[in-house]
Amino acid sequence: MAVLFTMELWTHTLAAAVGTVAFSLLFQVPKHLYVYCGFAGAMGWIVYSCLEADLGAPTASYFATVMVIVLSRLFAVRERCPATMFLIPGIFPLVPGAGIYWTSYYIVTNALPAAVDSGFLAMKVAVAIVLGIVSVFELPQSCFSVAAKEK
Amino acid sequence: MREESQEKKEELHRRKVMDVAVEAGHILLESGAEIFRVEETIERICRHYGVESENAFVLSNGIFATAGNEREQYYAKVQHIPVSGAKLNRVAAVNQLSREIEEGRYSIDEVKERLACIKEMKGKSKPTQVLASAVGSATFCYLFGGNLRDSLAAFVAGFLLYLFVLYLGVPHLSKIIANIAGSAMVTVVSVLLFELGLGEHLNSMIIGSIIPLIPGVSFTNAIRDIADGDYIAGSVRMLDAVLVFLCIAMGVGLVMNGYHRIAQY
Repeated sequence: MAVLFTMELWTHTLAAAVGTVAFSLLFQVPKHLYVYCGFAGAMGWIVYSCLEADLGAPTASYFATVMVIVLSRLFAVRERCPATMFLIPGIFPLVPGAGIYWTSYYIVTNALPAAVDSGFLAMKVAVAIVLGIVSVFELPQSCFSVAAKEK
Repeated sequence: MREESQEKKEELHRRKVMDVAVEAGHILLESGAEIFRVEETIERICRHYGVESENAFVLSNGIFATAGNEREQYYAKVQHIPVSGAKLNRVAAVNQLSREIEEGRYSIDEVKERLACIKEMKGKSKPTQVLASAVGSATFCYLFGGNLRDSLAAFVAGFLLYLFVLYLGVPHLSKIIANIAGSAMVTVVSVLLFELGLGEHLNSMIIGSIIPLIPGVSFTNAIRDIADGDYIAGSVRMLDAVLVFLCIAMGVGLVMNGYHRIAQY
């Protein structure tokens, strides 16, 4: 939890938010939803950074994914649109892009044990994301109706 | 005589409803919606306009729709749908339209017009997309341990990457080659900028600039399709995602291999 008080966490979170918005732009998300996407991405990143040191990357990714998806479903109810809008960009900071890089880096530098380690870690993170997505989508829609706008 | 023309009219109506419903499904599927949403939308439109016997089977790149029973005319339609990039604005628009249909706001002809409008919806312009990719690369480079100068280098690499993707990759190259070449290109750009002294952490620069290639849409949709029990579509999308991941790794690996060999001399 000590990470919470470092400057770096906040600048990183800002970067995650801006990056998420950039990707929602690439995927043609409607303009008025950018703020939600950025917020989901930022919250996911905060959860990930707070837990990663203690619990390891896969578990941290699981909880971060759960956070992103709970937020996506809440926003979806609020804005009456599919959760995909927020979910796809919001999950981007958590996808193991770095893992892929390190795996191929270690393979070409002939550090095979390290390549296996980082390859498996990337797989574990991917599986954690899968579990996160599946477990939140199992919850019934009524859990999220609190976010509905008054008409 | 009169009865016959009434029947004819109804038949035409049903045909139109099925056409419109499949068209809505078509737009959803090619813009990156989940399978269950496509099936549900087709069904909703059919039920609302009185076609009871509709049946739709949706794969990741095709829709098979039939209708017909003792009372209703037979109808069948198969549509092959090449998947283009994610256009979530269209998914949102069709979703909104389907809600409004349920509220009973449109006649079937109006729905047809609305769908035609949605099909014409303009996405973000190419320069904006290129800029978004550059910003995305820069911010992710920073997230993965780069400093401001590294991010600047990743900005340049991400910028060039999307120019490549939009003007060469999408129109002319197959997906596999486009991804290998794209990731190889950003690695070359990153290595060059690194050697010129613009960035200090080569790894973060490369990680940041390959991010726009990551198949986030197929990956998430694959998971959701499999979770919904649409195994065939889900596995095809997952295969697509895994293939792109491997291609990215291969492109980076090729260039890094060459770079290490040159650096040894």
